Order: sequence, then structure tokens, then C-alpha cells
Amino acid sequence: MTALLETSDLTIRFGGLTAVDTFNLSIQEGELFGLIGPNGAGKTTVFNMLTGVYLPSEGTVHFREKLINGRNPVQVARMGISRTFQNIRLFDELSVLENAMTGAHQHSKLTIFDSLFRTPRHFREEQRQRDRAYELLEFMGLEDRAGLPAKQLPYGHRRKLEIARALATEPKLICLDEPAAGMNTGEKAELSALIRKIRDELNVTVLVIEHDMKLVMGICEKIQVLDYGKTIALGTPGEIQNDPKVIEAYLGGD
Amino acid sequence: MARLLGILVAAIAVTFGANWLLDSFVDEYVVRIINLCGISIILAVSLNVINGLCGQFSLGHAGFMAIGAYVSAYFTTTLRYFDEAATKYVAIEPMFASEWGFVPALLAGGLVAAAAGAVVGIPTLRLKGDYLAIATLGFGEIVTIMITNFEKVGGANGLPGLPPYSNTFWIFSFVVLVIMLSWTLQRSTFGRALIAIRENELAAEVMGIPASRLKVMAFIYGAFFAGVAGGLLGHLLQTISPATFNFMKSIEVVVMLVLGGLGSMTGAVVGAIVLTALPEALRDVESGLGLPGIRMVVYSLVLILLMIFRPQGIFGQKELSLKLLARLLPGKKGDK
Amino acid sequence: MLPLLDSGVTFEAILQQVANGVAKGSVYALIAVGYTMVYGVLQLINFAHGEVYMLGAYFSYYPAKWLGYLPEGSEKPKVPLLVIGGLFVGSMAACAAIGMLIERLAYRPLRNSSRLAALITAIGVSLLLQNGGQMLFGADPKGFPQFVEQESVNLGPVALANTKIVIIAVAAVMMTGLHLFVQKTKPGAAMRACSFDMRTARLMGINVDRTIALTFAMGSAMAAVGGVLVAMDQPRLTPLMGLLMGLKAFVAAVLGGIGSIPGAALGGLLLGVAESVVGTWSTTYSEAVAFVILILVLLVKPSGLLGKSGREKV
Repeated sequence: MTALLETSDLTIRFGGLTAVDTFNLSIQEGELFGLIGPNGAGKTTVFNMLTGVYLPSEGTVHFREKLINGRNPVQVARMGISRTFQNIRLFDELSVLENAMTGAHQHSKLTIFDSLFRTPRHFREEQRQRDRAYELLEFMGLEDRAGLPAKQLPYGHRRKLEIARALATEPKLICLDEPAAGMNTGEKAELSALIRKIRDELNVTVLVIEHDMKLVMGICEKIQVLDYGKTIALGTPGEIQNDPKVIEAYLGGD
Repeated sequence: MARLLGILVAAIAVTFGANWLLDSFVDEYVVRIINLCGISIILAVSLNVINGLCGQFSLGHAGFMAIGAYVSAYFTTTLRYFDEAATKYVAIEPMFASEWGFVPALLAGGLVAAAAGAVVGIPTLRLKGDYLAIATLGFGEIVTIMITNFEKVGGANGLPGLPPYSNTFWIFSFVVLVIMLSWTLQRSTFGRALIAIRENELAAEVMGIPASRLKVMAFIYGAFFAGVAGGLLGHLLQTISPATFNFMKSIEVVVMLVLGGLGSMTGAVVGAIVLTALPEALRDVESGLGLPGIRMVVYSLVLILLMIFRPQGIFGQKELSLKLLARLLPGKKGDK
Repeated sequence: MLPLLDSGVTFEAILQQVANGVAKGSVYALIAVGYTMVYGVLQLINFAHGEVYMLGAYFSYYPAKWLGYLPEGSEKPKVPLLVIGGLFVGSMAACAAIGMLIERLAYRPLRNSSRLAALITAIGVSLLLQNGGQMLFGADPKGFPQFVEQESVNLGPVALANTKIVIIAVAAVMMTGLHLFVQKTKPGAAMRACSFDMRTARLMGINVDRTIALTFAMGSAMAAVGGVLVAMDQPRLTPLMGLLMGLKAFVAAVLGGIGSIPGAALGGLLLGVAESVVGTWSTTYSEAVAFVILILVLLVKPSGLLGKSGREKV
């Protein structure tokens, strides 16, 4: 079986600094994959290359056997990769429901004239987006906040809304960038359950970057460890926990 | 759609009645100010789509106006100029010589302006914030300089003799149209996408929203109505010159938006009315005080103080009497 | 359409225009440094900077008038060099004060709000100075006393008015001085630190407010020099003279690379020369040169010729 997402010797340099060095990643469809590493290891940079935000200096990314390098974020999103951001990037002035609806925009076949002149197609599309967004808000447990402006949401809910919005794009793969950052223990437990549900019920493959080792160990089936832009370990949570290089990276040098 | 058409027809009937009433019973000077307010509303509401909704700060609206004004005048006005080759003055009769040609001429002006909007929209794909502002300002200046060099339409001296086709009916028909369309645009998947681009462009793109295409679209839309407004203004003033559309004009429209609250359409309407009517009212105060020029000084001071103490404008990004409008307009019925 | 080369424009004529362009560009450079320094520190297009240049011209006009050097006098008065120097210094000091005042009253309250709010405020200040100027000075153009008898000086293939030579020389000295100040002195280092990273600069114990005030003062003084020089060369002062000049100088700053003082000098010179050369064929089109350059630079290399490019953090 070929991988859903495969990178080969992915490298990016900023000026003289090699932020990510010959990075190889292979994710199978339906996996719950964790990418961990100390601060500044290059995890978010990997995400940015996977989603078309950065152009890799060298190497390739293939998604469903199609090459991603050189495509822009819009094209990558339309191929079926969605993501969240470490520093949450919601549309603050839109309501919670409208935020989720923006995710569904890319599947609309409306022309601007349908909306300007309010054709029946416009109403059907609005209904479709609204229904889908509402389903996903329910899925994430945000349905009773639907009408609230996004900027008024409490922190934990903001993270969840970002996930709901990403899911509204109907992705094959969702990349979560530190989804548990800033959450308390109770919220983290709830989030772990949600991430599992995303994979099990929505059949979306999940790639998580996370600092919280406990969370990653608890939910991911496969984990890859990145340090200074290089992969230092790959395996099951059990293997990773006992890997001396990983222990060194996390406890040593820092 | 039927509902939309109904409202449009009703509103245009009202404007028609209002036009007759104003013409018959109201002082000419007051009618003129009302008409100027209408043109300002078209400008402010259309610029709000670019600057307010989409968040692309444009300072080039006067350039689109100029294009619209000159293109529509080209169709309705007798052009007199000195032909260098024949060494004599020549006159070109207008293509649309009757009032029936007014709307086609306005639409032609709007379309050419919209084409220019597409051209100006392209730089926005690479520029942001104040760099974009200054680039669009540069575009506006280039337009007026090119008109200055275009002798057929009078060059720097301007073009006189535009027929007085603009009246309350035509102006407010377009006011109704631009408000209605901007409203339906704002409350649609495209409106949300534009706001998403304004709020966080990268996040919008990652959601698969084609930011580049939508930004150009916003420019085309705004430019079209700016062009129409320019045509309306030209046929109201009856004489146009490149100086009518200098970059002060663009700034005026921006100030209307800022006063009303960038991103709020009702704010744009209120800002347009206040900043068109107020300077006229202040004109009397000015001559009363014997301080010529104090009007513009007050105007600029208000702008500075507004930015320092209430940068979100009168309305912020909210709309006035949302509920009332929502009941009148379709599109909201699926909510809740 | 533009007439082409064979329509009587000689190589010498173009060379002559290049020389004129250098003089014109020197003034652009003097004004452009103000934009570039302020933008470097605050990321603000100080729209009012062109008006500071306008004020600079007026601030030398009135003292000259009060001292009795009236433009109407048919006899050209001989003005002592000391008085001319005094006019320069006085105008520079007054403009520096105005620049600091603008910063203190209009921009500082907005330092933490959106850049757009700051930009609109700057436009407001610009309008205020234009309209205030029209109220105070009157809208009619003012003639400037002719301090030095204008005569043409032959420099090889080109001839240049002596006033233009003075412009080039003064601008060169001032620009070099400013560059050395920013590079070699302690306050100059503080400026560079602030434009690099204001928060860190504050943590390092740099008085950021004072450094910003100094930036405005120095930029404004340079614009004042430009104002006085232009007034002496082309004696026609109006309250709106700063508008187009300011825009073009900003273009020069963008062309050279915003934030860079040598860039402002280079951008100013290039713009001046380009305008003059195009002006050989058409004076109205030469007005468009700046804006065409602006849009091209922004599209092709927004960081300008000598500027550094940044990247957005994701």
C-alpha cells in the first residue's frame, strides 16, 4: 500500500540556517501520527512545507501520489490537506458558525452572480454550508456558541473551533499544530478523545505536532521525533519512550 | 431573487417619486447637495467592499471615478479639440446623443473602470497595507496624468459641455443598486471569504479560499461602481477635469469610510452623507466667521482626533438596525 | 505618443537633462531620508513629511522678508553669506521642532494601534498642515528673494545654474553628514537599534521615545534644507508645494530601499534623472515617471535597491 503522505529528503534553508534537513516522513491512510521534538526542532516548518506555505529548498512531498512542492496553500487545501495553527488564526470578526462555514467555501460551485442576485443555487449552497458547519460544531461540542463572535470565545474553544473549521474543508489529512497548547488537564483529556473521534468517525488521517508527551503517547500509534531539523527516532509510543536518543534530546542539551 | 427584484422596483419607484417632488418643490441648491450625497454614498459603499470587507487599503478610488467619468462623457458629449494634423479645430458628435444613451454610457464607464480595477487588483496580490495604499495612490495619479495628456478630452483644461443627465432619479437608482448588491455580497459565502481574507489571509488560503482571485474581484466590483459614480458626477457637474479626480478625492472617500467605521456599510452611508453635507453647512459658518479655510482645517483635525480617540469610527464594523434590514432582505431566513 | 529619438533630441540635450536631474534628485534625496528614517523606526509612512518640506521653505521666506530682502525689489540685493546660513539653520530648527511636535501629538498616542490608523492620522496631519498653511500664508504663490544672482556655469558638455550646483553640493554634504551621524555616533546607534527591534532596544536601556523624537527632528531638518534650497532655486512657494514633492520623495525612498539612508540618496538621484530625461520629450509624462517607477519597484523588488527583505512568521 502506498502512503497517503510521503516526503523524501525534505530540506529547507533560511539564509545559512538549515531548519529542516533531509526529512523523511511516511503516513498511511487512517493513521494517527505524532511528530514531536523540542522547541525549535523544525516541526512547524515541516507543516509549512506540507501545506504549501513554504517552498522546500530540496526534496519532495507527495500526497496521494501527487507532488505538492510548488503548489500554493490554496491548491494544497483543495487537494485535501487542512491544518490548524500554533498561534491560533481565527477570523475574529466572524461568528463561530461563520468561521466554520468558511472552511466549506472551497466546495461551493457558486459564481459571484448567484450570490449578488440571490439565485436558488445561492440559497441551497448557504444551507449546505450552514448544515455542514453546524454538524462539525456539534462534533467539537461548540454548537451552543454558534452565534457568538469568534473573538469572544475562550481559549480552549478557540482551538476547537480552528479544528472544526479545518474539518469543514473535508480533508483527507488534517495537521494539528500543538492543539493542546495552553489547555488544562481536563481539556486535554477531552481533546485526546476528540482527536481519536476525528480519525475513527470522520475517517480523516491525523498528523499532530505536540509538546505534551503524555497526550501524544496516549493517542498516536506512530511517532517520529525531530531534533535540530533531523529525525532522531521513529516508532510506536513504547519504542520512543525507551529510545536513548529521544531521552537525550528532551532531558539533555536543552 | 423575486423578492430582491420587488424591493429594487419598489425602491426605484420611490426614487422616481422623490425626484419629481424634489424637482418641483425643493430649492435647487438643496437638491444638488442631496445628489452629491447620493454620489458619495455610491463611492463609499463600493470602496467599503475593497477597504472594509476585504481589508485591501486602496487610495485609488478617484482614479476609477475619473475613468468612468471620462468614458461616459466620451459617449454623451461633443468633443472639441485642435487637430494637429489638419491644423484646425474639429468637433466629434457624441455617439449617444439622447438621454436614452445615459445609462449605457454610465455602464460603459463602469465597465472600463472595472477593467482597470482588475489591473490594479493584480499588484494587491503582492502588496499589503501601506505599500498597497501608496501603490493604488500612484495608480490614481497615473490616470489623471494620462488624461491630462489626452487632448481629445480637453487635457489639463478639462472637458466642458457634458449634458445635464444626472438627476436624483438616476443617482439614487444606483445608490439603491449598490447598497443592495453590496448587502447581498456581504451576506454570502463570498462576503465571508472576503472578511476571512481581511482577518487572516494565510488562514483563509489554508482553508482553500482563493485569496488572490477574490481580492481582484473586490477591486473589480468597487471600481465598477466608482466608475458609474464618476459618470454620474460628471453629468451633474457638466464639466470635468483631471483635477476633479486628484488624490484628495480618494482620500475624501476613505475618510467617509473611516468616519462611519471601516467595514460597516451603514457606516459608509452615514459617513458619506455627513462628509458631503457638513462641509456645505460649514461654508456658511466660514463666511460668517470671516475665516476662509477654517472648514478644511476643522475637517483634518476631526480626522486626526477620530483616529486617536475612536479609530473604529461611528459604527465600528456593525450595521445599523440589523433586524429591520434582515426582515426586508432575503438571505437571512435560514439563520438560527 | 512620445516622439522618438530622431525628433531632434540630441545626446547633449539628454546629458544636460541628466545634470538637471541630479540637482532635482538631490532635493528628493534630502526629503526621502526623512521618510526612510521614520519608516525604518515606526513602519509609518509619514504623509505629513512633504508638508514639513513646505514649511521649511516658508520658514525661510518670512525671516528673509522681515529682514528686508523683498522679492519685489528691482535691484538684486547682495545678501551676506551669514544671513543665508542663518536662514538655513533657523528653518532647520523650526522644522525639527514641528516634526517632533507632530510625532508627540499625533503619532505617539497611536503607537500601539493599527498601522492603518497611524497611516490615516498621517494623512490627516498632512491635510491639516496644507489647509492650515493656506489659512496662514494664503493660497497665492510667494516669490522668494533672489539671494544669489543666477548664472550658468559650464561644466564640460553641460551647463548648470550656479544655484543647482549649490543644491547638489549642500545635499551631498548634508547626506554624508547624516550617514556618518547614524553610523558613527551613539544616538545614531540607538536609532539603528530601534529600527532593528524596538522592544529589544528598550530592554537594552535605550530611551525609545527620545530616539524616535530625534529621528523625526533629523528627518524634518533635512526636509527643511530641501525646502530652502528649492525656494532659492525656483522662487515660487505655495502651501500645496509639499504634496507632490512628498509623494515623489517617498517613491525615491521606496526605490532605494526603505530604511536605508544611502538608498534614499540613490533612489532620489535615480528618480530625478529619470524624470528629467523623460521631460526632454514630455513634461506632463515626466510627472508620471515617479508613479510608474513606484508600481514597478513594488511589484518586482518591494525591498528596493539597497533594502533588506523580511519574511512573515507563521
